[in-house]
Amino acid sequence: MFPAPFGYVRAESLDEALAVLAREGPGAKILAGGQSLLPMMKLRIAEPALLVDIHRLPALTGWQETAEGLTLGAVVRHSQLERAEALQEFYPLLGRTARWIADPLVRNRGTVAGSLAHADPAGDWGAALLALGASVTLRSLTRTRELPLDAFLVDIFTTALEPDEVLTAIRIPKPAGRPFGTYLKLERKVGDFAVVGVAVNVVLDARHTVVEAGIGLAGVGPRALRAPAAEAALIGHPLESGGIREAAALAAEAADPVSDRRGSRAYKRNVVRVFVERGLKALADESRPEVGVTA
Amino acid sequence: MEIAVTVNGQLRRADVEPRTLLVYLLRETFGLTGTHVGCDTTHCGACTVLLDEVPVKSCTVLAVQADGSSVMTVEGLETDGRLHPLQSAFSDHHGLQCGYCTPGMLMAAWALLRETPHPQPAEIRRALSGNLCRCTGYQNIVEAVADAAQRMAQEVG
Ligand SMILES: Cc1cc2nc3c(=O)[nH]c(=O)nc-3n(C[C@H](O)[C@H](O)[C@H](O)COP(=O)(O)OP(=O)(O)OC[C@H]3O[C@@H](n4cnc5c(N)ncnc54)[C@H](O)[C@@H]3O)c2cc1C
Ligand code: FES
Ligand code: FES
Repeated sequence: MFPAPFGYVRAESLDEALAVLAREGPGAKILAGGQSLLPMMKLRIAEPALLVDIHRLPALTGWQETAEGLTLGAVVRHSQLERAEALQEFYPLLGRTARWIADPLVRNRGTVAGSLAHADPAGDWGAALLALGASVTLRSLTRTRELPLDAFLVDIFTTALEPDEVLTAIRIPKPAGRPFGTYLKLERKVGDFAVVGVAVNVVLDARHTVVEAGIGLAGVGPRALRAPAAEAALIGHPLESGGIREAAALAAEAADPVSDRRGSRAYKRNVVRVFVERGLKALADESRPEVGVTA
Repeated sequence: MEIAVTVNGQLRRADVEPRTLLVYLLRETFGLTGTHVGCDTTHCGACTVLLDEVPVKSCTVLAVQADGSSVMTVEGLETDGRLHPLQSAFSDHHGLQCGYCTPGMLMAAWALLRETPHPQPAEIRRALSGNLCRCTGYQNIVEAVADAAQRMAQEVG
């Protein structure tokens, strides 16, 4: 299988990539890891006239950790976050999400930003980064804008990106206490897209009170969803079973799945409830290792 | 487009269309048919090669993206006509039946052993989880990789 013919530019700088996008219009597409775009081009679902390859641009590689938070460059790959032990202390959810994505070979090429730009409703990063309160930086030749991820994700395979824009960075605010996060995923086989994916992230103060909470859902709506009512129910309380059950029920209400061959609407909603409860319980246990596991 | 790729240690040049996939550059332009095309849809891992020492699915990389890089294929495993320990361990443990998945398995296993010279069985299974085998049931593949790790440690030591 071959893609339809297209032109190819390996951008030597971000400005060059932006200039090409501005000149060529909507026929030009950014190529990052190519792990979503190339399969679609081989199936002729996508037929861009020109690919602008950014996957080796030094300006977009790596990440920076500051007092404000973490900034991921646009070509950070899934496998880099899977292995980034230095990020485990403040951003444990990242590594725990990365290991669920596709398989090791796809993770070696695919990028986090490409995943957000692709906006597959079953993609895992949308859910995880919503739970972390992330925002994205979008640049064109003439302007730079920063959007909360919640505003960037619009609909199925649709984002706020304009044809002349590149997603250049993902920003995650630094947690205001001790962070705990995990990702739960129901998949039909190893490396498959989520039937349901649930990201849970809580930040605790010294008294074990929840001061920040994020719950992101994958596969249960036209885009990755947040569960704001469930998050609000957790804040200001210790992470305990009554509150966990309430949050799980509220998160299930926030889900808006469709019935398909992977499961019915009611089944997927129920998986959300079970996963949120299971995930938050696991985080509660992790946050009190000295107490041990209590049922 | 003119590209230059170091394949199994040898610098090679080619003039390719941007839409040429890396696996077809290797197989059809360079005649290295050891790398297989299985699904052609990024699922099976039969086409796995090392791109700058990182295992990737070569049916989902453009040849032009490999310009300036180095690629290692299954043909690059043996030295002076001697099989690589991974290859002989696959043979000894019956880690293959039809052999279709084997080149990809070997390359993914090579990358695992470079990073983790003494992997646990669970680590081997995880590292090979992007490579599908329809014949062996995987057990002998896992045993072959574990044995190859030992053989390589002995060779070094
Ligand atoms: C077999 C298989 C299984 C998979 N399983 C999963 C899974 O379980 N979970 C999951 O989340 N994903 C999964 N994926 C998708 C994978 O995560 C991709 O890596 C990801 O969706 C796209 O990232 P990429 O860097 O490869 O982007 P590309 O394929 O290069 O690009 C995708 C789209 O985003 C645009 N784009 C990319 N980067 C930018 C940017 N910086 N600015 C603007 N536009 C940009 C491109 O123009 C294109 O439209 C799977 C893929 C495969 C092939
Ligand atoms: S042929 Fe490339 S993944 Fe199957
Ligand atoms: S040996 Fe036949 S597919 Fe693996």
